[in-house]
Amino acid sequence: MPGLMKELRDGSITRALLGKIGRKTSGLDRPVRIMEVCGTHTMTIHRYGLKSLLEEAGVDMVSGPGCPVCITPNELHEACIDLVTKRRNFVLASFGDMTRVPTGKGSLQSAVPAPSSRVKIVYSPEEALALAEGNPAQEVVFFGVGFETTIPAIALTVKRAAEKRVPNFSVLTALWLIPPALRAILEAGETAVSGFLYPGHVSAIIGLEPYRFISEEYGVPGAVAGFEPNDILLAISAVLDQITEGRPGIYLEYGRVVTPRGNPVAQAVMEEMLEPRDALWRGLGRIPRSGLGLKDKYCTYDARTKYSLSLKEGSGDLPGCRCGEVLRGLISPPQCPLFGKKCGPDSPFGPCMVSFEGACFIYHKYGRGKESG
Amino acid sequence: MCLAIPAKVIQIDAAGSGKVDYLGTKVKVDFSLLENVRPGDWVIVHAGFAITKLDEEEAQETLALLREIAQAHGE
Repeated sequence: MPGLMKELRDGSITRALLGKIGRKTSGLDRPVRIMEVCGTHTMTIHRYGLKSLLEEAGVDMVSGPGCPVCITPNELHEACIDLVTKRRNFVLASFGDMTRVPTGKGSLQSAVPAPSSRVKIVYSPEEALALAEGNPAQEVVFFGVGFETTIPAIALTVKRAAEKRVPNFSVLTALWLIPPALRAILEAGETAVSGFLYPGHVSAIIGLEPYRFISEEYGVPGAVAGFEPNDILLAISAVLDQITEGRPGIYLEYGRVVTPRGNPVAQAVMEEMLEPRDALWRGLGRIPRSGLGLKDKYCTYDARTKYSLSLKEGSGDLPGCRCGEVLRGLISPPQCPLFGKKCGPDSPFGPCMVSFEGACFIYHKYGRGKESG
Repeated sequence: MCLAIPAKVIQIDAAGSGKVDYLGTKVKVDFSLLENVRPGDWVIVHAGFAITKLDEEEAQETLALLREIAQAHGE
């Protein structure tokens, strides 16, 4: 397997692929704009300088809503801040980057917890459950944020908490589904997308079928791509073939990791524990059945129910932050007046500058700041 | 953040937990979301859980495709 990594980053193959892509776009009578849905793809595209190389080859890459930290609206962060600042003997467990998201109430990192309470950064939901088991006198809430890649881990952790009857553990869920968000982007029609690069690890869980409507109903081609530079170029080349031949479909470039059916064990635990909900995405608004929440029979592990949280949708939006437009592919990060000025990685104004998967963070890190957009 | 680099399975117990080698570091991983994992397999790990196993045959196919493109370019 390590042998393959070398070829996937090999510069001469990159040049060959870019040449191929350039030849394909020169035969088309319209501009090609491909949305990379996943933030980790955005990272590869910028780290290896593919953004400008692809521009030269006739492909405009635009970032999509593939950063869970970015699309989680601020009222959920504020609810977590309220929990840990107002309740004693309380642990708010969260993935690291979530703790840095700025809100009107500060961030989880800057908040001053109530006496005997704390914010604890964890790498896995299991770690949060272990924390609850090890500290029975404290209430532990896990801020469970993620796409399909992370959702099975969170669902399985709640299942285990229920089996072991851990009374002091619950999850504030912010679980997002990619296919309904892509439908919302296509329905809105604001971003002229000629094709999609589908996220590699979301697809490892859900397989290919959930994207089928994109080619069948909207005629938009796509490819599931891996995360190395030549993976991305192979996938783009396949999307261009679909455009040229007028045969939109789903090309699987990342077959070494993704099977057409996805991961059946992960799908089963999601189905067992969770059910679809309408959900509000930052930037994209309310999207039908685009989120998942715990089923009623697990409501004692649902922090919303356990602490009677009343979340007012959209209440936490920060005036001036244009993350929403970045997430919809309407503007490129440097087009935001705050980019690199009031908003930078050291003092982010909005979530897209916080997360390693956020488009603003990635553009800033890889020096796209001078670009006019 | 997706860890795009695969990890090699070192050990796995009957309860489904074990360890992987991730770029030379041993990391504790839960394998409960996968079936039929064995030491020596390559997996993708996310939030402490192995979420998918790598398919050697498919990897070789991608490799062959990349070599073919490089060769065609060189000609």
